[in-house]
Amino acid sequence: MQFTVNGKKVNVRAYPMKRLLDVLREDLGLTGTKEGCGEGECGACTVLINGEAVCSCLVPLAQVKGARVKTIEGVKHPIQEAFVREGGTQCGICTPGFIMSALTLPANVSLKEMQERLAGNLCRCTGYMGIYRAVKKGLKAKRGAKLVSLRVKKKSQKRKRVRSI
Amino acid sequence: MRAALSTLKFLEAGSLSHAFKIMKTHPGIMPTAGCTDIYVSLNFGTLKVREFLNLWGLSELRKIQMKGDYLSIGSLATYTQIIHSDSVKKWIPMLIQASSSIGGMQIQNRGTLGGNIGNGSPAGDTLPVLAAAEAVVVLGSTEGIRRISFNMFYTGYRKNAMNPEELILSVEIPRIKSQQWYRKVGTRAAQAISKIVMAAVLSKDPEEQQDPRRIRIAFGSLAPTVIRAFRTETALAENGNITEAQKTLLSEIQPIDDIRSTALYRQTVAANLLAEWWGKVSPRSLIKS
Ligand SMILES: Cc1cc2nc3c(=O)[nH]c(=O)nc-3n(C[C@H](O)[C@H](O)[C@H](O)COP(=O)(O)OP(=O)(O)OC[C@H]3O[C@@H](n4cnc5c(N)ncnc54)[C@H](O)[C@@H]3O)c2cc1C
Ligand code: FES
Ligand code: FES
Repeated sequence: MQFTVNGKKVNVRAYPMKRLLDVLREDLGLTGTKEGCGEGECGACTVLINGEAVCSCLVPLAQVKGARVKTIEGVKHPIQEAFVREGGTQCGICTPGFIMSALTLPANVSLKEMQERLAGNLCRCTGYMGIYRAVKKGLKAKRGAKLVSLRVKKKSQKRKRVRSI
Repeated sequence: MRAALSTLKFLEAGSLSHAFKIMKTHPGIMPTAGCTDIYVSLNFGTLKVREFLNLWGLSELRKIQMKGDYLSIGSLATYTQIIHSDSVKKWIPMLIQASSSIGGMQIQNRGTLGGNIGNGSPAGDTLPVLAAAEAVVVLGSTEGIRRISFNMFYTGYRKNAMNPEELILSVEIPRIKSQQWYRKVGTRAAQAISKIVMAAVLSKDPEEQQDPRRIRIAFGSLAPTVIRAFRTETALAENGNITEAQKTLLSEIQPIDDIRSTALYRQTVAANLLAEWWGKVSPRSLIKS
């Protein structure tokens, strides 16, 4: 079965009703896409097919023949850093799905619209407000804009702790 | 995933006539569209079918187009397509409301109108709209094409009038010269199975004032199939008394208790929805225009 994943052509040999989710994780080693419920409710498995957000747990492999699939591994966007900074992620299971869905929203999305359009993504940790902040800021940020890395902060925290021991 | 997907056969339909042939020569095969119902049942392990037919590639079944004096919506049209269609917006805006209330955007991008009809859940959100609109379902097989009134389509809980080898090709929506109304009551605003859905049309056209069909009301989740509240329609058409009509409605429907709601809750909500709608479209505005 031929299709494109993150811009690269792939040819997968698997049974035709295998879930796209399992093909990505098992046959292609792309484990960024997560399984939450396996029944279309939680959105953890969200990927883009020809630019549209879908639950990869409900898509049979045979239905992506010739299609363009995009997974979290193919995303490089300020929204990722915004999720870290705004507390949009805790355990992280829902995060790749949220980011894939969010990437289909317009940059000037309102809170109400965001709540509606992200209703197919569930989070059991954050309480959503951090996610909405992250989406809003991330979509507004210019692509390629330099975001200050959080790693610097972590290092200095670590050093402090070491010193105090 | 409980069903062993590796053991399932998935046949490809190269064209519509090929699909008809496969349906005829493979008794028991299940057609698949967006799979948003089928994969959930496969996951639960409740679906015993072992052979499936992939319709997804048949783009001719995805068209939404005006055909003379009706709107034809292909069975494979997704909710997202319906929501963005100008013709649907003009012709049957209550279908846009219904489609927007289904699932989240991931489900709307994949779920199809034909799948909602084929699945035939009494809670299917587009079904009351099709019932109130008096839509026609177009079916096809190697024997040819036939049309069946949507209000004759269901024969019992998840049972329909299709022959086993038939496919749903499209739905035809006649012109509705009326005000359309749709309301879904669920547990939360988005992505929730409905507790009750009501769709209604009421014609304000002076020429239709003697037509008993000028008022059409349909409910989902109140019976084993979507239902038209025919007696309630007649009651309202006769004297416009909403209290009487509510009584008629309660005698006409016998909802059940299940894990989502009690019968009493469903009756109460149905009667309230009827009053809410009637209050908005009230006979006064009917006479005025
Ligand atoms: C998370 C989630 C939320 C949902 N929310 C809602 C909701 O709010 N409201 C609602 O009504 N539904 C909801 N659904 C159910 C589902 O999305 C809809 O019923 C959808 O319309 C099914 O379409 P499909 O193309 O995915 O159907 P499929 O799963 O492909 O098929 C469903 C059934 O229809 C038959 N079928 C499909 N196409 C044809 C055809 N052309 N000819 C003959 N038979 C056909 C199939 O054989 C099967 O029996 C939800 C599902 C999920 C997973
Ligand atoms: S794993 Fe696909 S929606 Fe939950
Ligand atoms: S961060 Fe844990 S589910 Fe969202």
